[in-house]
Amino acid sequence: MNFSKQLKEGLITQNPVLVQLLGMCSTLAITTSFFNGLGMGISVTVILTLSNIFISLLRKIIPNEVRIACYIVVIAGFVTCVDLILKAFVPALSNSLGVFIPLIVVNCIILGRAEAFASKNGVGAATLDGICQGIGYTIVLIIMCVFRELLGAGTFGGGLLGGGELGAAPGLRIIPEQFGIKILTMPVGGFLTLGALIAAMQWALSKSEKKKKEAK
Amino acid sequence: MEITSLLAISLGAILANNFIFAQFLGICPFLGVSKKIDTAIGMGAAVTFVMGLASAFCFLVNKVLVALDLAFMQTVAFILVIASLVQFVEMFLKKFVPTLYTALGVYLPLITTNCAVLGVALLNVQNDYNFIESVVYGITGGLGFLLAIFLFAAVREQTEFSETPKSFEGFPIALVTAGLIALAFMGFSGLKVW
Repeated sequence: MNFSKQLKEGLITQNPVLVQLLGMCSTLAITTSFFNGLGMGISVTVILTLSNIFISLLRKIIPNEVRIACYIVVIAGFVTCVDLILKAFVPALSNSLGVFIPLIVVNCIILGRAEAFASKNGVGAATLDGICQGIGYTIVLIIMCVFRELLGAGTFGGGLLGGGELGAAPGLRIIPEQFGIKILTMPVGGFLTLGALIAAMQWALSKSEKKKKEAK
Repeated sequence: MEITSLLAISLGAILANNFIFAQFLGICPFLGVSKKIDTAIGMGAAVTFVMGLASAFCFLVNKVLVALDLAFMQTVAFILVIASLVQFVEMFLKKFVPTLYTALGVYLPLITTNCAVLGVALLNVQNDYNFIESVVYGITGGLGFLLAIFLFAAVREQTEFSETPKSFEGFPIALVTAGLIALAFMGFSGLKVW
């Protein structure tokens, strides 16, 4: 078990969103406020870890031909649990994420990790992988949220900070409202922000590779 | 009245509330299979077909679930229905319409994990559509996807040969392109027919 290596993979070199390009739908759709991003990130991390554990445990029992269907049923079960828990305890989050909570079932990150990692590795490694990939996903979501919220609406921590009820809090105002770039809070902004983030990631990775080559 | 509401649903699904550009459903295949126009159209057609069928079947399944007081099993039931539907469509086409099968073949299995299909089933329930409205929403939503992926592939074939900054090569420039098309689609959101 190598926690730091897997964490580095999840966060940087094998980041699920920026490098593996998985789970785009939710990344683009819900990153409009800090609260949404954090909630979605935690939900996906929990589901990913649980499904990784389960699939890794069942990997010798599940017949190869129907494995994808089995994975989907396992994942759908956990997604339903999380959906119901959120509805019961954090209704504000459940309302603002709407249809994207049940849609975690078809989030390619979870199925992708089940197929690529959990079905080939032991329980411990699969658990770690789930946690690390989940953290990588959450961090990307939070970065996108902070960018889009700060530049688009001029606030920080919407839904969490600034008084008011959970989910309805206005957030802390950092930039006066009239200077916000409204377009970033709209769907267009999601595409542009993610494009810029992936470009930054490619730039950083190619730079570090160059450095390694020079060192050799 | 009935016809106008159906028309409003279709126009909304194709233009104003386009599944890709306004609701972010089905982004993975949209970005994944849009390098060539031919394959993009194949994927779009397959998705339209399955979305229409899935809305019809999931509507019926949902009625059964509600009658049995099992509405919380929606997600699990829908994804199973969609997965088996895709499998069934694949086998049916292979046997009876082999030409269509060879045209769509590769894309069919991918559709199971397309969030637009599960999304349309869930949205039908959320919006409380009746059977006909659900099917219309499914098919026109699929057509919206087809339009989006076709436009995107056409632009992408051009950007393939243009010079882009090194770090923007490949995926990032595709996302920026998609963003610009989404910007154009935003113009439709002011569309009011009635």
